[in-house]
Amino acid sequence: MDYFDIFISILGSAVRLSIPLLFTALAGLFSERAGIFDIGLEGKMLASAFAAACVAYWTGNAWFGLLGGIGVSIVFSFVHGFASITNRGNQIVSGVALNFVAAGLTIVLGQAWFRQGGRTGQVPPEGRFSSIVLPGADMMRDVPIIGPLYANVISGNNILTYIAFLMVPISWWVLYRTRFGLRLRAVGENPGAVDTAGISVAWMRYRSLIVAGFLCGFAGTYLSIAQSAAFINNMSAGKGYIALAALIFAKWKPVPVMLACLLFGFLDAFANFMQGKSMPLIGEVPVQIFQALPYILTCVLLAGFIGTARPPKAGGVPYTKER
Amino acid sequence: MSTASVPLPAWINYGLIPLLNLILAFFFSGLVVWAIGESPFEALQLLLVGALGRGEGIGFTLFYTTSFIFTGLSVAVAIHAGLFNIGSEGQAYLGGLGAALVALAMDSYVPWYVTMPFAVIGAALFGAACAAIPAWLQAKRGSHIVITTIMFNFIVSSLMNYMLVRLLIVPGKMAPETRTFLPGGQLPKLDWLIAMFGGKIGAAPFNFSFLIALVMCFLVWVLIWRTKLGYEMRTLGISPTAASYAGIRYSRIVMITMLISGGLAGMMALNPVMGASARLQIEFVGGAGFVGIAVSLMGRNHPAGIILAALLFGILYQGGAELSFDMPGITRDMIVVIQGMVILFAGALEYMLRPSIVRLYQQLTGK
Repeated sequence: MDYFDIFISILGSAVRLSIPLLFTALAGLFSERAGIFDIGLEGKMLASAFAAACVAYWTGNAWFGLLGGIGVSIVFSFVHGFASITNRGNQIVSGVALNFVAAGLTIVLGQAWFRQGGRTGQVPPEGRFSSIVLPGADMMRDVPIIGPLYANVISGNNILTYIAFLMVPISWWVLYRTRFGLRLRAVGENPGAVDTAGISVAWMRYRSLIVAGFLCGFAGTYLSIAQSAAFINNMSAGKGYIALAALIFAKWKPVPVMLACLLFGFLDAFANFMQGKSMPLIGEVPVQIFQALPYILTCVLLAGFIGTARPPKAGGVPYTKER
Repeated sequence: MSTASVPLPAWINYGLIPLLNLILAFFFSGLVVWAIGESPFEALQLLLVGALGRGEGIGFTLFYTTSFIFTGLSVAVAIHAGLFNIGSEGQAYLGGLGAALVALAMDSYVPWYVTMPFAVIGAALFGAACAAIPAWLQAKRGSHIVITTIMFNFIVSSLMNYMLVRLLIVPGKMAPETRTFLPGGQLPKLDWLIAMFGGKIGAAPFNFSFLIALVMCFLVWVLIWRTKLGYEMRTLGISPTAASYAGIRYSRIVMITMLISGGLAGMMALNPVMGASARLQIEFVGGAGFVGIAVSLMGRNHPAGIILAALLFGILYQGGAELSFDMPGITRDMIVVIQGMVILFAGALEYMLRPSIVRLYQQLTGK
């Protein structure tokens, strides 16, 4: 295999690995832009992966699975909202709690329903999102450079992948070109001003959390019934936190979020590829470096060495109406 | 008048409300148990008997309690200065490296009581080192400590993975762990303490680090409420602007607080690493750092409260483990659900019941 083929295959797996990050980071974008910290992304992703796998297993329909995943994710969003908006609780604590609940509940229920040590049953093929071969992929394959790129990276993904990339311009449009988006961003910067304008801060924030739950549902569904064929114990494995890192790395903006997710996905794919191989001059690079790199990069960014990352001003602060 | 500003007597604030929140958490956990077709009451009974029924159970309960006291203190110290350290998990993990290096270096030369002080210092130093960068980033560069400490949990996890898989592993072995420490690198069991109450410790790894934890509780109390530094920390926590007017240096207090917090988290490693398994194992912290957040919240950031809350979580951990033996329908992960519920109701939904209790209190007292 020459270098180009290797590069194409890493790129293909980078795209596949970055999809759950992309959905989750966009979910985080909506909630954090509205001033709600969402540490619970990880838990939402895990819970929706479990729900999607269960529903798809029982109904044999991938779209019902997706609905199940989205539904559960939105329920988690509501609990987060109830704690942090209605009751003005600590948003970080609420997120940590939801992560615990999701981690425990998926295993307890999974064991009670399927008795396979935390796995769900194997989802039948029609209950999964399988890969789509775009028209002309086989014909294009022999065209130099563009051919393999089209056949192996752009074509051959499942429908959720294309939805993920479609969500990027949609998110941008919603956030920057609609009244809803303007108000959402305002609520994250200066909720007092939004309140003065006669718009309910709490309802705005609830709506942003519903959008976040909706997007996170896609991420979980992708993990359990697109990337694999069952729910596996703790299958999100910290992806929610990497997505959070990507969101910060992208400075809370939609298009950079996509690029950051692709970068982190690429690092992941590259780490898988490099396992046990040695690089020229340097020798064998420990895989752990690649695993830690997203977090290290984010810290370096936060330190202000790569531009400045300015979070939404009202982030993490419960809004109290003045009396 | 809003209910938030009505003062309530201490027994309601620190007794009744946490208790009601706890009952709610257990109620919802019970619903989960009921939903999977087991009896919640039987489960609760098995849990309590498993945790407190025999000397060995108590030994395990107190073993878990010890870890949670350390991580709870770690979170509490940071909260007093208005900092949310959710990196206790990673700090404890790195602290394990400090303790293990000391134990590996000294165990064949000196008895345990010589090794111990160095191990305490080693664990605390490594834990503090792990908190140092997030602290510096918060103090000097203004990046949010919650986010950086999360990032550091993962960075430390990768680092420790590398250390154990590549460097500290015993050659020829498969398991990524260090060699077993000799008795000179182990902390002795506190079997006499259990025996004093007529129990037998059995295989429970309840060890000397429990006493270190209690000493730390006292020292934290002294630090927070009896020293100038503690006063400055609390001032900063309540009002950063007032602290600034009073001439309290923000970055200095942030750095010191986080180093202490990280050090306390690091010391947690003494318990499992030197007290129980006598070796450094992968992922030995097992979520104790996150439990520390719940412990600190429930204990209202006061050492006495933290001991009680840590005991509660110790009972949950040990009782939950026993429960999964006795009730095959329930896995050990049920305790993760209960923990989540406790954190949710006692932490995030802390104020949910307050308005109705205030109204009830006003009616009853006729004010």
